[in-house]
Amino acid sequence: MKSSVITFPGSNCDRDMDVALSKFGFKNKMVWHNDKELPKSDLVVLPGGFSYGDYLRCGSMASKSKIMHSVINFAKSGGLVMGICNGFQILVETGLLPGVLLRNKYLEFICKNVYVKVDNRQNPYFKNLDKEIFEFHIAHNEGNYFCTKDQLDEIKDNNQIAIYYCDKNGQTEEQYNPNGSMKNIAGIFNKEKNVLGMMPHPERMIDQSLSGEDGSLFFKNLINNLK
Amino acid sequence: MIVSAIITLKKDVLDPQGKVIHQTLDGMGFKNVNEVRQGKYFEIDVNENDPTKAKGIVEDMCKKLLANLVIENYKIIETQ
Repeated sequence: MKSSVITFPGSNCDRDMDVALSKFGFKNKMVWHNDKELPKSDLVVLPGGFSYGDYLRCGSMASKSKIMHSVINFAKSGGLVMGICNGFQILVETGLLPGVLLRNKYLEFICKNVYVKVDNRQNPYFKNLDKEIFEFHIAHNEGNYFCTKDQLDEIKDNNQIAIYYCDKNGQTEEQYNPNGSMKNIAGIFNKEKNVLGMMPHPERMIDQSLSGEDGSLFFKNLINNLK
Repeated sequence: MIVSAIITLKKDVLDPQGKVIHQTLDGMGFKNVNEVRQGKYFEIDVNENDPTKAKGIVEDMCKKLLANLVIENYKIIETQ
């Protein structure tokens, strides 16, 4: 399986993502934002970081960079595109995913482990996963998911909510919401479920001695689903 | 021609920065403030002398980049 990780000026989780993808068997290529052509890929990842210094709005500049034309075409033709953290912000700015990510409700940069609940397994990312609740890391200042009422009705009707913030038992009450996101939303899909954006970083959970292994479960399952 | 654009948050979008500024103003003694909403202001020098055309170009910029219409409104406020 081939993957591509796009590096924008200010990306800082691109190498971590490369390590994670390679560890679980992807043949990964790093792609510079100024390139026009995507290498042949089964999965394209927009990594976390602070592309273009978060100028104007997080992800807004990166969403207009040269490589994004190819990424958008790839996504529109059904290719798998996953955006983590800043990558999620870039995806909403391209319009591939609905809504926006506002500044965290309490104006704090949040850096901690959280639990998330997988809501929808009818997609290439979470299909066949045995586990429902995952411990992932978050590190962001703008992760407060917001969309209009009509958009919210639409994403609910189309089962586009991918993961919710929750406690370790899967309770999704407001108190387990770290950043003020609507309905505790931590990640969403596009209608077709080939584009996934999420704030948590699975690539930071791939080593038992450094973190947990919930990210390992995610990546192992992902590559198996793509084979 | 210089065209200016103001980007403001839509009414029902939470503006925590505006809230904190409001609280700080309140602490400083400005007791007669009902609400503060923070926005963005752009001055764009467009290479175009026709005001209608220049405004049109900046409006296009607002729609495509400067504002995110899910949460923000834009207003082209003046030309020079």
